[in-house]
Amino acid sequence: MERNNTEGDGLLRLQAGEDRLRALLLQGLDGNTKAYQECLQGMGAHLRAFFKRRLASLPDEVEDLVQETLLALHNQRHTYQRDQPLTAWVHAIARYKLIDLFRARGRRDSLNDPLDDDLQVFASSDHDASDARRDLGRLLEQLPDHQRVPIVRMKLEGLSVIETAQVTGMSESAVKVGVHRGLKALAALIGVKA
Amino acid sequence: MKTDDLIAMLASGATAVDPHAARKRFQTALLFGGVGAMALMMWGFGLRHDLAQAAALPMFWVKLTFPLAIALPAVLLTSRLSHPGSSSGRLWMLLPLPWVVIAAMAMAVLANATPTERMPLVFGKTWASCAFSIAYIASPVLIGMLWAVKGLAPTRPAVAGACAGLASAATGAAVYALHCPEMDAPFLAIWYALGMLIPTAAGAVVGMKFLRW
Repeated sequence: MERNNTEGDGLLRLQAGEDRLRALLLQGLDGNTKAYQECLQGMGAHLRAFFKRRLASLPDEVEDLVQETLLALHNQRHTYQRDQPLTAWVHAIARYKLIDLFRARGRRDSLNDPLDDDLQVFASSDHDASDARRDLGRLLEQLPDHQRVPIVRMKLEGLSVIETAQVTGMSESAVKVGVHRGLKALAALIGVKA
Repeated sequence: MKTDDLIAMLASGATAVDPHAARKRFQTALLFGGVGAMALMMWGFGLRHDLAQAAALPMFWVKLTFPLAIALPAVLLTSRLSHPGSSSGRLWMLLPLPWVVIAAMAMAVLANATPTERMPLVFGKTWASCAFSIAYIASPVLIGMLWAVKGLAPTRPAVAGACAGLASAATGAAVYALHCPEMDAPFLAIWYALGMLIPTAAGAVVGMKFLRW
Protein backbone atom coordinates (compact mmCIF):
# COMPACT_ATOMS: atom_id res chain seq x y z
CA MET A 1 0.00 0.00 0.00
CA GLU A 2 2.75 2.34 1.03
CA ARG A 3 4.70 1.31 -2.07
CA ASN A 4 1.76 2.24 -4.28
CA ASN A 5 1.69 5.65 -2.69
CA THR A 6 5.36 6.24 -3.41
CA GLU A 7 4.90 5.17 -6.98
CA GLY A 8 1.89 7.41 -7.25
CA ASP A 9 3.91 10.32 -5.87
CA GLY A 10 6.68 9.56 -8.31
CA LEU A 11 4.29 9.62 -11.23
CA LEU A 12 2.76 12.86 -10.00
CA ARG A 13 6.21 14.39 -9.80
CA LEU A 14 7.00 13.22 -13.33
CA GLN A 15 3.74 14.68 -14.58
CA ALA A 16 4.48 17.97 -12.82
CA GLY A 17 7.92 18.12 -14.46
CA GLU A 18 6.40 17.33 -17.82
CA ASP A 19 3.69 19.97 -17.46
CA ARG A 20 6.06 22.71 -16.30
CA LEU A 21 8.74 22.11 -18.94
CA ARG A 22 6.18 21.65 -21.69
CA ALA A 23 4.51 24.97 -20.83
CA LEU A 24 7.92 26.66 -20.88
CA LEU A 25 8.88 25.04 -24.18
CA LEU A 26 5.61 26.06 -25.84
CA GLN A 27 6.28 29.66 -24.83
CA GLY A 28 9.84 29.29 -26.05
CA LEU A 29 8.68 28.00 -29.42
CA ASP A 30 6.56 31.13 -29.72
CA GLY A 31 9.66 33.27 -29.24
CA ASN A 32 9.80 33.80 -25.44
CA THR A 33 13.55 33.46 -24.88
CA LYS A 34 13.34 33.72 -21.08
CA ALA A 35 10.92 30.79 -20.82
CA TYR A 36 12.98 28.91 -23.36
CA GLN A 37 16.17 29.37 -21.35
CA GLU A 38 14.43 28.13 -18.19
CA CYS A 39 13.12 25.14 -20.14
CA LEU A 40 16.60 24.24 -21.42
CA GLN A 41 17.95 24.52 -17.89
CA GLY A 42 15.30 22.14 -16.58
CA MET A 43 15.90 19.72 -19.42
CA GLY A 44 19.66 19.95 -18.89
CA ALA A 45 19.27 18.91 -15.25
CA HIS A 46 17.08 15.95 -16.20
CA LEU A 47 19.46 14.92 -18.96
CA ARG A 48 22.41 15.07 -16.58
CA ALA A 49 20.73 12.72 -14.12
CA PHE A 50 19.56 10.48 -16.96
CA PHE A 51 23.03 10.19 -18.51
CA LYS A 52 24.86 9.87 -15.17
CA ARG A 53 22.84 6.76 -14.40
CA ARG A 54 23.61 5.24 -17.80
CA LEU A 55 27.24 6.28 -18.08
CA ALA A 56 28.36 5.08 -14.66
CA SER A 57 31.55 3.74 -16.20
CA LEU A 58 32.16 6.85 -18.32
CA PRO A 59 31.54 9.76 -15.92
CA ASP A 60 33.75 12.08 -17.98
CA GLU A 61 31.38 11.81 -20.91
CA VAL A 62 28.28 12.99 -19.05
CA GLU A 63 28.61 16.75 -19.37
CA ASP A 64 29.72 16.55 -23.02
CA LEU A 65 26.69 14.47 -23.79
CA VAL A 66 24.40 16.86 -21.89
CA GLN A 67 25.72 19.73 -24.00
CA GLU A 68 25.50 17.78 -27.23
CA THR A 69 21.92 16.76 -26.47
CA LEU A 70 20.91 20.32 -25.52
CA LEU A 71 22.33 21.53 -28.82
CA ALA A 72 20.35 18.80 -30.62
CA LEU A 73 17.15 19.67 -28.73
CA HIS A 74 17.62 23.28 -29.80
CA ASN A 75 18.50 22.50 -33.42
CA GLN A 76 15.58 20.10 -33.73
CA ARG A 77 13.01 22.04 -31.72
CA HIS A 78 10.83 22.38 -34.81
CA THR A 79 10.32 18.58 -34.67
CA TYR A 80 8.48 18.81 -31.34
CA GLN A 81 4.79 18.34 -32.08
CA ARG A 82 2.82 20.53 -29.75
CA ASP A 83 0.26 17.90 -28.79
CA GLN A 84 2.96 15.30 -28.04
CA PRO A 85 4.20 14.38 -24.53
CA LEU A 86 7.47 16.25 -24.03
CA THR A 87 9.06 13.27 -22.26
CA ALA A 88 8.67 11.12 -25.38
CA TRP A 89 10.40 13.71 -27.56
CA VAL A 90 13.24 14.48 -25.14
CA HIS A 91 13.79 10.82 -24.38
CA ALA A 92 13.97 9.88 -28.06
CA ILE A 93 16.63 12.52 -28.71
CA ALA A 94 18.61 11.71 -25.55
CA ARG A 95 18.51 8.02 -26.44
CA TYR A 96 19.67 8.72 -29.99
CA LYS A 97 22.65 10.73 -28.73
CA LEU A 98 23.48 8.12 -26.10
CA ILE A 99 23.43 5.29 -28.65
CA ASP A 100 25.59 7.44 -30.93
CA LEU A 101 28.15 7.74 -28.16
CA PHE A 102 28.10 4.01 -27.45
CA ARG A 103 28.51 3.34 -31.15
CA ALA A 104 31.43 5.73 -31.44
CA ARG A 105 33.11 3.96 -28.54
CA GLY A 106 32.32 0.54 -29.97
CA ARG A 107 30.39 -0.55 -26.93
CA ARG A 108 27.57 -2.58 -28.31
CA ASP A 109 26.94 -4.32 -25.00
CA SER A 110 25.70 -1.09 -23.50
CA LEU A 111 22.88 -0.98 -26.01
CA ASN A 112 21.24 -3.77 -24.11
CA ASP A 113 20.59 -1.33 -21.30
CA PRO A 114 16.85 -0.91 -20.93
CA LEU A 115 16.38 2.53 -22.46
CA ASP A 116 12.82 2.09 -23.47
CA ASP A 117 10.89 3.66 -20.65
CA ASP A 118 10.61 7.22 -21.87
CA LEU A 119 9.20 8.46 -18.55
CA GLN A 120 12.65 7.86 -17.10
CA VAL A 121 14.09 10.96 -18.60
CA PHE A 122 12.23 13.27 -16.21
CA ALA A 123 12.49 10.90 -13.23
CA SER A 124 15.23 12.87 -11.56
CA SER A 125 17.28 15.97 -12.09
CA ASP A 126 20.83 16.96 -11.29
CA HIS A 127 22.00 20.57 -11.26
CA ASP A 128 25.56 19.72 -10.37
CA ALA A 129 27.26 20.37 -13.69
CA SER A 130 30.82 19.22 -13.96
CA ASP A 131 33.09 20.77 -16.55
CA ALA A 132 32.67 19.59 -20.10
CA ARG A 133 35.82 18.12 -21.56
CA ARG A 134 35.06 19.33 -25.02
CA ASP A 135 35.11 23.09 -25.39
CA LEU A 136 32.23 24.15 -27.61
CA GLY A 137 33.65 27.66 -27.65
CA ARG A 138 36.74 26.35 -29.39
CA LEU A 139 34.67 24.33 -31.87
CA LEU A 140 32.68 27.47 -32.57
CA GLU A 141 35.87 29.17 -33.74
CA GLN A 142 36.21 26.61 -36.49
CA LEU A 143 32.98 27.70 -38.17
CA PRO A 144 33.21 29.89 -41.28
CA ASP A 145 32.79 33.65 -40.70
CA HIS A 146 29.27 33.91 -42.11
CA GLN A 147 28.11 31.46 -39.43
CA ARG A 148 30.47 32.25 -36.57
CA VAL A 149 30.08 36.03 -36.64
CA PRO A 150 26.27 36.14 -36.33
CA ILE A 151 26.40 33.49 -33.59
CA VAL A 152 28.95 35.45 -31.60
CA ARG A 153 27.11 38.77 -32.04
CA MET A 154 23.61 37.47 -31.40
CA LYS A 155 24.10 34.59 -29.07
CA LEU A 156 27.14 35.64 -27.07
CA GLU A 157 26.96 39.43 -27.16
CA GLY A 158 23.17 39.44 -27.03
CA LEU A 159 22.50 41.71 -30.01
CA SER A 160 19.17 41.44 -31.82
CA VAL A 161 18.86 40.22 -35.39
CA ILE A 162 18.53 43.81 -36.65
CA GLU A 163 21.53 45.03 -34.62
CA THR A 164 23.64 42.11 -35.78
CA ALA A 165 22.69 42.85 -39.36
CA GLN A 166 23.70 46.51 -38.93
CA VAL A 167 27.01 45.73 -37.22
CA THR A 168 28.07 43.03 -39.65
CA GLY A 169 26.62 44.43 -42.85
CA MET A 170 24.82 41.12 -43.41
CA SER A 171 21.14 41.03 -44.34
CA GLU A 172 18.70 40.07 -41.59
CA SER A 173 17.85 36.80 -43.28
CA ALA A 174 21.56 36.02 -43.74
CA VAL A 175 22.01 36.54 -39.98
CA LYS A 176 19.16 34.16 -39.16
CA VAL A 177 20.33 31.57 -41.66
CA GLY A 178 23.92 31.90 -40.44
CA VAL A 179 22.93 31.27 -36.81
CA HIS A 180 20.68 28.36 -37.75
CA ARG A 181 23.19 26.67 -40.04
CA GLY A 182 26.08 27.48 -37.72
CA LEU A 183 24.49 25.71 -34.76
CA LYS A 184 23.79 22.71 -36.98
CA ALA A 185 27.38 22.76 -38.20
CA LEU A 186 28.51 22.93 -34.56
CA ALA A 187 26.50 19.77 -33.83
CA ALA A 188 28.09 18.11 -36.86
CA LEU A 189 31.59 19.12 -35.69
CA ILE A 190 30.89 17.37 -32.39
CA GLY A 191 30.02 14.23 -34.33
CA VAL A 192 33.36 14.39 -36.15
CA LYS A 193 35.36 14.89 -32.97
CA ALA A 194 33.54 12.21 -30.98
CA MET B 1 32.06 26.43 -22.53
CA LYS B 2 29.99 25.75 -19.41
CA THR B 3 26.59 24.18 -19.85
CA ASP B 4 24.82 27.24 -18.45
CA ASP B 5 26.65 29.44 -20.96
CA LEU B 6 25.65 27.09 -23.75
CA ILE B 7 22.03 27.29 -22.63
CA ALA B 8 22.18 31.09 -22.48
CA MET B 9 23.72 31.11 -25.94
CA LEU B 10 21.08 28.82 -27.42
CA ALA B 11 18.22 30.74 -25.84
CA SER B 12 19.37 34.25 -26.68
CA GLY B 13 17.65 35.53 -29.77
CA ALA B 14 15.86 32.21 -30.32
CA THR B 15 13.09 33.11 -32.71
CA ALA B 16 9.57 31.67 -32.88
CA VAL B 17 9.22 28.34 -34.65
CA ASP B 18 6.63 27.69 -37.33
CA PRO B 19 4.47 24.82 -35.99
CA HIS B 20 3.74 23.67 -39.54
CA ALA B 21 7.36 23.66 -40.71
CA ALA B 22 7.52 19.87 -41.13
CA ARG B 23 4.26 19.60 -43.05
CA LYS B 24 5.33 22.41 -45.40
CA ARG B 25 8.63 20.66 -45.99
CA PHE B 26 6.94 17.44 -47.08
CA GLN B 27 4.49 19.39 -49.23
CA THR B 28 7.36 21.16 -50.99
CA ALA B 29 9.18 17.86 -51.46
CA LEU B 30 6.14 16.15 -52.96
CA LEU B 31 5.27 19.13 -55.15
CA PHE B 32 8.74 19.48 -56.68
CA GLY B 33 9.32 15.73 -56.72
CA GLY B 34 5.94 15.10 -58.33
CA VAL B 35 6.48 17.76 -61.00
CA GLY B 36 9.97 16.34 -61.63
CA ALA B 37 8.60 12.81 -61.95
CA MET B 38 5.89 13.99 -64.38
CA ALA B 39 8.54 15.79 -66.44
CA LEU B 40 10.76 12.67 -66.61
CA MET B 41 7.76 10.56 -67.60
CA MET B 42 6.53 12.98 -70.27
CA TRP B 43 9.94 13.57 -71.85
CA GLY B 44 11.42 10.11 -71.49
CA PHE B 45 8.32 7.96 -72.06
CA GLY B 46 5.21 9.97 -72.94
CA LEU B 47 1.61 9.37 -71.90
CA ARG B 48 0.18 6.14 -73.21
CA HIS B 49 -1.50 6.78 -76.56
CA ASP B 50 -4.78 5.16 -75.59
CA LEU B 51 -5.06 7.00 -72.25
CA ALA B 52 -8.63 8.13 -72.91
CA GLN B 53 -9.85 4.61 -73.69
CA ALA B 54 -7.80 3.08 -70.89
CA ALA B 55 -9.33 5.48 -68.38
CA ALA B 56 -12.68 3.82 -69.06
CA LEU B 57 -11.36 0.47 -67.80
CA PRO B 58 -11.49 -0.33 -64.06
CA MET B 59 -8.03 -1.93 -64.24
CA PHE B 60 -6.49 1.42 -65.17
CA TRP B 61 -7.76 2.88 -61.90
CA VAL B 62 -6.67 -0.18 -59.96
CA LYS B 63 -3.20 0.32 -61.41
CA LEU B 64 -3.21 3.95 -60.28
CA THR B 65 -4.76 3.32 -56.86
CA PHE B 66 -2.36 0.50 -56.00
CA PRO B 67 0.78 2.68 -55.75
CA LEU B 68 -1.10 5.70 -54.39
CA ALA B 69 -2.51 3.55 -51.57
CA ILE B 70 1.09 2.79 -50.62
CA ALA B 71 2.35 6.34 -51.11
CA LEU B 72 -0.12 7.92 -48.70
CA PRO B 73 0.68 5.87 -45.57
CA ALA B 74 4.37 5.85 -46.53
CA VAL B 75 4.52 9.66 -46.54
CA LEU B 76 2.71 9.81 -43.19
CA LEU B 77 5.01 7.17 -41.75
CA THR B 78 8.11 8.98 -43.05
CA SER B 79 6.90 12.10 -41.28
CA ARG B 80 6.39 10.23 -38.00
CA LEU B 81 9.81 8.57 -38.31
CA SER B 82 11.30 12.06 -38.71
CA HIS B 83 9.81 13.32 -35.45
CA PRO B 84 11.61 12.00 -32.35
CA GLY B 85 9.33 10.14 -29.96
CA SER B 86 6.41 10.02 -32.40
CA SER B 87 4.99 6.51 -32.46
CA SER B 88 4.47 4.96 -35.85
CA GLY B 89 1.58 2.94 -34.44
CA ARG B 90 -0.32 0.76 -36.83
CA LEU B 91 0.58 2.66 -40.00
CA TRP B 92 3.16 -0.02 -40.76
CA MET B 93 0.45 -2.52 -41.41
CA LEU B 94 -1.11 -0.43 -44.16
CA LEU B 95 2.02 -0.49 -46.31
CA PRO B 96 1.86 -4.09 -47.64
CA LEU B 97 -1.95 -4.14 -47.83
CA PRO B 98 -2.33 -2.74 -51.38
CA TRP B 99 0.25 -5.21 -52.63
CA VAL B 100 -1.54 -8.10 -50.91
CA VAL B 101 -4.76 -7.10 -52.71
CA ILE B 102 -2.98 -6.95 -56.09
CA ALA B 103 -1.21 -10.25 -55.42
CA ALA B 104 -4.55 -11.89 -54.59
CA MET B 105 -6.01 -10.52 -57.83
CA ALA B 106 -2.95 -11.85 -59.66
CA MET B 107 -3.45 -15.33 -58.23
CA ALA B 108 -7.10 -15.32 -59.28
CA VAL B 109 -6.22 -14.16 -62.81
CA LEU B 110 -3.50 -16.81 -63.17
CA ALA B 111 -5.75 -19.54 -61.77
CA ASN B 112 -8.39 -18.78 -64.38
CA ALA B 113 -5.92 -18.56 -67.28
CA THR B 114 -4.87 -21.40 -69.54
CA PRO B 115 -1.20 -22.45 -69.25
CA THR B 116 -0.28 -20.69 -72.52
CA GLU B 117 -1.86 -17.42 -71.36
CA ARG B 118 0.09 -17.32 -68.12
CA MET B 119 3.49 -16.26 -69.40
CA PRO B 120 2.21 -13.11 -71.15
CA LEU B 121 0.14 -12.21 -68.06
CA VAL B 122 3.27 -12.26 -65.92
CA PHE B 123 5.82 -10.77 -68.31
CA GLY B 124 3.68 -8.53 -70.50
CA LYS B 125 5.74 -6.70 -73.10
CA THR B 126 7.80 -4.45 -70.83
CA TRP B 127 8.88 -6.58 -67.87
CA ALA B 128 12.59 -6.03 -68.53
CA SER B 129 12.42 -2.25 -68.24
CA CYS B 130 9.45 -1.67 -65.92
CA ALA B 131 11.24 -1.77 -62.55
CA PHE B 132 14.08 0.48 -63.74
CA SER B 133 11.68 2.96 -65.33
CA ILE B 134 9.77 3.26 -62.07
CA ALA B 135 12.98 3.80 -60.10
CA TYR B 136 14.13 6.41 -62.63
CA ILE B 137 10.86 8.35 -62.56
CA ALA B 138 10.81 8.18 -58.74
CA SER B 139 14.27 9.76 -58.41
CA PRO B 140 13.17 13.43 -58.16
CA VAL B 141 10.63 12.48 -55.49
CA LEU B 142 13.32 10.53 -53.64
CA ILE B 143 15.63 13.52 -53.62
CA GLY B 144 12.78 15.72 -52.36
CA MET B 145 11.71 13.31 -49.64
CA LEU B 146 15.27 12.79 -48.39
CA TRP B 147 15.71 16.56 -48.31
CA ALA B 148 12.52 16.85 -46.24
CA VAL B 149 13.66 14.19 -43.76
CA LYS B 150 17.14 15.71 -43.59
CA GLY B 151 15.62 18.89 -42.18
CA LEU B 152 13.95 16.92 -39.39
CA ALA B 153 15.33 14.45 -36.86
CA PRO B 154 14.93 10.74 -37.68
CA THR B 155 16.17 8.62 -34.77
CA ARG B 156 16.36 5.59 -37.08
CA PRO B 157 17.97 7.10 -40.18
CA ALA B 158 18.06 3.94 -42.30
CA VAL B 159 14.42 3.10 -41.60
CA ALA B 160 13.33 6.68 -42.26
CA GLY B 161 15.36 6.66 -45.49
CA ALA B 162 13.75 3.40 -46.60
CA CYS B 163 10.30 4.74 -45.85
CA ALA B 164 11.04 7.96 -47.75
CA GLY B 165 12.26 5.72 -50.58
CA LEU B 166 9.07 3.69 -50.58
CA ALA B 167 6.92 6.84 -50.58
CA SER B 168 8.91 8.17 -53.56
CA ALA B 169 8.81 4.84 -55.36
CA ALA B 170 5.05 4.54 -54.98
CA THR B 171 4.56 8.11 -56.21
CA GLY B 172 6.89 7.36 -59.14
CA ALA B 173 4.95 4.16 -59.94
CA ALA B 174 1.67 6.10 -60.03
CA VAL B 175 3.22 8.57 -62.49
CA TYR B 176 4.70 5.74 -64.58
CA ALA B 177 1.25 4.14 -64.72
CA LEU B 178 0.18 7.02 -66.99
CA HIS B 179 2.65 5.72 -69.56
CA CYS B 180 2.74 1.99 -68.92
CA PRO B 181 0.51 -0.08 -71.24
CA GLU B 182 0.41 -3.19 -69.04
CA MET B 183 -3.00 -3.93 -67.54
CA ASP B 184 -2.70 -7.31 -65.84
CA ALA B 185 -2.56 -7.88 -62.10
CA PRO B 186 0.22 -10.53 -62.27
CA PHE B 187 2.48 -8.04 -64.05
CA LEU B 188 1.77 -5.32 -61.47
CA ALA B 189 2.22 -7.64 -58.51
CA ILE B 190 5.73 -8.57 -59.64
CA TRP B 191 7.29 -5.77 -61.67
CA TYR B 192 5.70 -2.75 -60.02
CA ALA B 193 6.59 -4.19 -56.63
CA LEU B 194 10.20 -4.76 -57.74
CA GLY B 195 10.32 -1.24 -59.15
CA MET B 196 9.20 0.13 -55.79
CA LEU B 197 11.81 -1.85 -53.90
CA ILE B 198 14.72 -0.20 -55.75
CA PRO B 199 14.21 3.35 -54.38
CA THR B 200 13.30 1.84 -51.00
CA ALA B 201 16.68 0.14 -50.80
CA ALA B 202 18.42 3.25 -52.13
CA GLY B 203 16.67 5.34 -49.46
CA ALA B 204 17.82 2.99 -46.71
CA VAL B 205 21.45 3.09 -47.87
CA VAL B 206 21.50 6.87 -48.32
CA GLY B 207 19.60 7.35 -45.07
CA MET B 208 22.13 5.39 -43.06
CA LYS B 209 24.86 7.86 -44.03
CA PHE B 210 23.16 11.08 -44.97
CA LEU B 211 20.26 11.36 -42.51
CA ARG B 212 22.30 11.23 -39.31
CA TRP B 213 22.28 14.36 -37.14
